[in-house]
Amino acid sequence: MDIVVCVKQIPDPADPGELDPDTKTLKRDMKLIMDESDSYGVEMALQLRDAAGEGEVTLVSMAPNEEVNGLRSALAMGADKAILVSDEALAGTDALGTARVLAAAIGRAQADLILAATESSDGYTGTVPEQVAELMGLPSVTFAKEIQADGGEVLVKRQTEAGYDEVRCPLPAVVSVTAGVVEPRYPSFKGIMAAKSKPMDQVGIADLGVSPDQVGWAGGGQEITDVSPAPEREAGEIITDEGDAHERIVALLEELRIV
Amino acid sequence: MGTIWVYAEASGGQVASISLELLARARELADTVEAVVGGEGEPVAAELGAHGATTVHATGDLGDGLAGPAVASAIAAAIEGGAAPDAVLFGTTYDGRDVAGRLSVKLSVPVITNIVELDQADGSLVGTEPVFGGTVNVSTRFNGSGVGLFLVRPKSFAAEESGGGPAAVSALPVPDLGATGAARVVDRFAEESTGPKLDEAGVVVSGGRGLGEAEKYSMIEDLAKLLGGAAGASRAIVDAGWVPYSHQVGQTGKVVKPDVYVACGISGATQHMVGMKGSKNIIAINKDAEAPIFGIADLGVVGDVHKVLPKLIEALQARS
Repeated sequence: MDIVVCVKQIPDPADPGELDPDTKTLKRDMKLIMDESDSYGVEMALQLRDAAGEGEVTLVSMAPNEEVNGLRSALAMGADKAILVSDEALAGTDALGTARVLAAAIGRAQADLILAATESSDGYTGTVPEQVAELMGLPSVTFAKEIQADGGEVLVKRQTEAGYDEVRCPLPAVVSVTAGVVEPRYPSFKGIMAAKSKPMDQVGIADLGVSPDQVGWAGGGQEITDVSPAPEREAGEIITDEGDAHERIVALLEELRIV
Repeated sequence: MGTIWVYAEASGGQVASISLELLARARELADTVEAVVGGEGEPVAAELGAHGATTVHATGDLGDGLAGPAVASAIAAAIEGGAAPDAVLFGTTYDGRDVAGRLSVKLSVPVITNIVELDQADGSLVGTEPVFGGTVNVSTRFNGSGVGLFLVRPKSFAAEESGGGPAAVSALPVPDLGATGAARVVDRFAEESTGPKLDEAGVVVSGGRGLGEAEKYSMIEDLAKLLGGAAGASRAIVDAGWVPYSHQVGQTGKVVKPDVYVACGISGATQHMVGMKGSKNIIAINKDAEAPIFGIADLGVVGDVHKVLPKLIEALQARS
């Protein structure tokens, strides 16, 4: 089973950076890491590949500045190879433009199954997997908490408001994976060493047949009109527990007529 | 603004609260508000009409197909056929995101996402999205040609009846979906849940990494039950597999705005704060006096959840 996993490389969420006052988008001049949300898709792909006993896991990522750090992490976990779309024209690309680039790159990989996170941890638009599916003319199942391969189909448990739906979907298909559904493995030392020599195919948008006016600032169809600090919520009373803090909590709950 | 369409979701003949919230705001922004339903229109026409939709464009029963490709194709076909809404609003829900994503490709327009405020400026809609854990607001105007698509977070607006009569039901045919419609729901499971729903509860008690281990989450459930509330969780312990994703409060997960939010052993990562800072009253218990959660708490207790919670639970049990 050949699987593509879409991987986003983002600034470390522990140090999320700031907005560029000129372009009004996230500054991305720091070292990027693999979005933790994507580690679940990578793990799931590795498990499906290993269960099938054949096939390859290919990572597909897009970055304006030839960043590979996050991809190396996923290769160290056990993915077989990576395609990085890197192009200066990509700076400022929105979700639809991202989907166009990813769909074109995935098209080079001949995948049975395309996995992605439900949303990234930095932009969290949550529309890219479905946009990729539509661009590729494929069926999709979003918010998967479990995926089982079954011949030429996948059986997916899809999160719903009430619980979950079991969805049967023929391949090729796009499936987005919710965080926390599998335990992503830690790369072994051997894995980290092996990752350095795994194939990394770096392409520009021209190689993919994507036109520069479909990506970047121009491709958006949206314009940021204002960036302003949100009204702050003020801190209230802070107490230190001396064994009786619960009494203060009960008193507040009484005051609020909860109890 | 002329016409806004609202993608309305319903289950068991009842319209989702997010959809009613969207109708209320759409009414303030547009002359005409119409609803789009992936399913039968008749069962929901009265409720949608009472909230301001004059027409319900309904696909009819989708059977075991998924809403995303079916509703997106149906809307796109209607627009191609001459329907001309200025904008379509979607709730940030499982199906809302699917439909909006597919439709954006079909219409070749962006989706403006994670909106908590929606206003009109110079004849176009401007959506405002909180970033950096809600400390900064970014406003984005749709400046393309065609239909503006907006994904709006739940609880951004208050639902309000308009006093309107039942909406007229109009057929919204679903074209042949080809491969995109090939996914089939073969079974539906409802997870057992007692007490109020997380995003509708008046009280939410959430636990985080400070609980130390999965077994201790039972304290959160006990306290939630005693307060007639729902039990929530930070992303950290959902990712760790302690509790299911359905409990997650935050940017990824549910947005909650209860009367009282009790954060136990939660430091207050920005990702969490986005989902709960709209709560009327926030009580936080955390060992670390420097935890960011104390910056927004009405009552902050610097202390060990393993000591404070058992006493609090005992005190509440003694009263009931």
